[in-house]
Amino acid sequence: MIRSSPCAVPRDRPFVLIGKDRGALRLSDCNRPALALGLTPGMTLADARARIPDLPAFQADPDADRMLLERVAAYCDRFTPLVALDPPHGLTLDITGCAHLFGGEARLMALVGRCMAAAGLDHRTAIAGTPQSAQAMARFGRGGIVPPGGDEAAIRPLPLIALGVQAETVTALTRAGLKTIGDLADRRPETLAARFGEALIVQLRRLLGREDVRITPLRPPPDCVVERHFPDPVTLASALEDAISGLVQEAARILERRGEGGRLFEIAFFRSDGAVRRLAIETGRPSRDAAAILRLWRERADTLADPLDPGFGFDAIKLAVPLCEPLDEVQTSLDRRHAEDHEVLELVDRLVARFGRDRVLRFAARDTHDPRRQAVMVPATARVEPAAPWPEPQVGDPPGRPIQIFEPPQPIETLAEVPDGPPLRFRWRRVVHEIARAEGPERIAPEWWRDGPQPPMRDYYRVEDAQGHRFWVFRAGLYDTGAEPPRWFLHGLFA
Amino acid sequence: MNRTATLAALRRRLAGLASGDMPDGHGRVAFGLPELDGHLDGGLVRAALHEIYAAGAADVPAATAVALGLAWRAAHGRPILWVRQDRLAAEAGNPYPPGLAEFGLDPSRFLFMAAPDAAAVLRAGAEGARCAALGAVLIEPLGSPRLLDLTASRRLVLAAQTSGVMTVLLRMAQPSPSAAQTRWLVVGRPSRALEANAPGAPAFTLRLLRHRGGLGEQEWHVEWNRDAGSFRSAAEPSVARSIGDSAPLSRPLAPLPAGGSGDPVVALRRTA
Repeated sequence: MIRSSPCAVPRDRPFVLIGKDRGALRLSDCNRPALALGLTPGMTLADARARIPDLPAFQADPDADRMLLERVAAYCDRFTPLVALDPPHGLTLDITGCAHLFGGEARLMALVGRCMAAAGLDHRTAIAGTPQSAQAMARFGRGGIVPPGGDEAAIRPLPLIALGVQAETVTALTRAGLKTIGDLADRRPETLAARFGEALIVQLRRLLGREDVRITPLRPPPDCVVERHFPDPVTLASALEDAISGLVQEAARILERRGEGGRLFEIAFFRSDGAVRRLAIETGRPSRDAAAILRLWRERADTLADPLDPGFGFDAIKLAVPLCEPLDEVQTSLDRRHAEDHEVLELVDRLVARFGRDRVLRFAARDTHDPRRQAVMVPATARVEPAAPWPEPQVGDPPGRPIQIFEPPQPIETLAEVPDGPPLRFRWRRVVHEIARAEGPERIAPEWWRDGPQPPMRDYYRVEDAQGHRFWVFRAGLYDTGAEPPRWFLHGLFA
Repeated sequence: MNRTATLAALRRRLAGLASGDMPDGHGRVAFGLPELDGHLDGGLVRAALHEIYAAGAADVPAATAVALGLAWRAAHGRPILWVRQDRLAAEAGNPYPPGLAEFGLDPSRFLFMAAPDAAAVLRAGAEGARCAALGAVLIEPLGSPRLLDLTASRRLVLAAQTSGVMTVLLRMAQPSPSAAQTRWLVVGRPSRALEANAPGAPAFTLRLLRHRGGLGEQEWHVEWNRDAGSFRSAAEPSVARSIGDSAPLSRPLAPLPAGGSGDPVVALRRTA
């Protein structure tokens, strides 16, 4: 992909991008003047330099190309929700039902062209009946609009390479004397399939508009989308707020009609210079309460690390609800507990909107005997079924597990009876604790299927020092086995 | 009744009225310890801010446990929001849910908020204190943040008074002025040993440092009764017969070469 202004070479001078391919530096892309000089992608750099000695060449950067393509795709979201990447250099937009919003196909195409030109991108555009024929028309035809039903006529004169199949197939077909798509279309499909496989026939049918498959969009179209396009770019915060409030209410009405609520609301801001900013708001349970969603939005907007920068204004705002779930009609419940649950969930949503979903957590139990894995923290908004029950303490026993735990366990220096006595004293963080009471060992075998080969046994002790502080310490390994003495760790603190 | 006692009783009554509290004990959270609850006129005021200080770094688990126990008693099965500053994990470890379960609390009743800084701790804490559906809010900032001043604590007090949610500030720092209803200092205390000198039920010393109602400093020795979900009085600990004391009688403390003598030799070894 060649951008028009990335380097010091003037626009009208030839330059090429190179990459290593099949053991040689080859041209991966050429700009227009370079093409005019007879350079083609795939040529080795040595050959090209033999023709044009001072040809400027730059390293190709496919990742950057891909990122640019994705940014352009994000930008194109304003034309249609269905945008697919057609790597390396193409985008396919499904504009079914969208064109009239922009005053027809011709105007939409002109608008896309203006936008791309404004962004400094060379481009070719085609509108056709199927994604494949549009791609072929843009790449190998003259572009433009193919009238409905005219796909076959438009595609037939195109060269075979427009098929988009492997180069060997194209070579073989050319050797057989077939030059255009039309030549191929006139052959009996059975014979072609017998020689080149079914894929060729399928591709041909799609190209000729006889078969239509939808594109796979980059971002799957959300169930519910509402958008506002502004005649002039909007910069005022109050105007934005109004627009968002209108969008949220509109979305809420759509959701209500469907008996659904959204769990995720995504607001996309299309800035007039092409940048697209997306902000997501998450709710703990399906919601279509416009006021509550707006409150969450304000919380979110309030706490952005890099605030929403309107620059020269926003062209459009789009609110999508990618995640919807059934939500029954809200009925006022007489059950106090139910109302309280609702209130707590709203609190969770507010905290999530302000601090992020990874910071508002719940404890979940896991079914394992390894104390390090017995509990995990899950986002409070995530829906997780309890995997395991919490341990049931024995009546009368003191707590067998600490209320606070160190991960990783803290190494301590101990003086302990061998082979398996509790520590008599230990030093932790430069403080010596004389042990007054102890219980143990409780031997906990490692989970070898997770921890890898031969992790040491752990013998846990509950110990209490003379001042009344209680600790959970363990010895990793045994005294009599290896050459290395076992090490002691402090794992947790008891109340 | 002598004059001072009458005055103290009247003061307490006034304080109760000032905080909009019903005098019937309904808005109180009892420790479950008659002498302590009696002294506090039925327990801690629910719709208020209470501060619990750990006496030292090693007493943080004890202070946490007292705060958790109180929050649990206040919550009556409603969710408890626990707001904790991230960096505490390095100093005092992470909350350990199986341990909470062993302490007699249901970990699934907790909503845990890992706050990145002091501002977030206070913000989320105040947000929680305003939510009347919560059972209690536990706020655990790191050290003495500048933001936690009289105004911030006043804000928490107002939130707690409006919503009726007991708000507990758990701190490991030098006590600083605040608008809290009560301030406690918690020290770990040797437990009553079980069989074979095993550590017994969690035991603490609670010292009432400050009380808005004018009660003076006083100290109680309490134990957490996990099975009843309440505090109880800790009797004097049985005279500790520590391992360290008994060891020298028959056991040498230095590793000895296991040689000629037929007696079993117990060696002690120092490890790093």
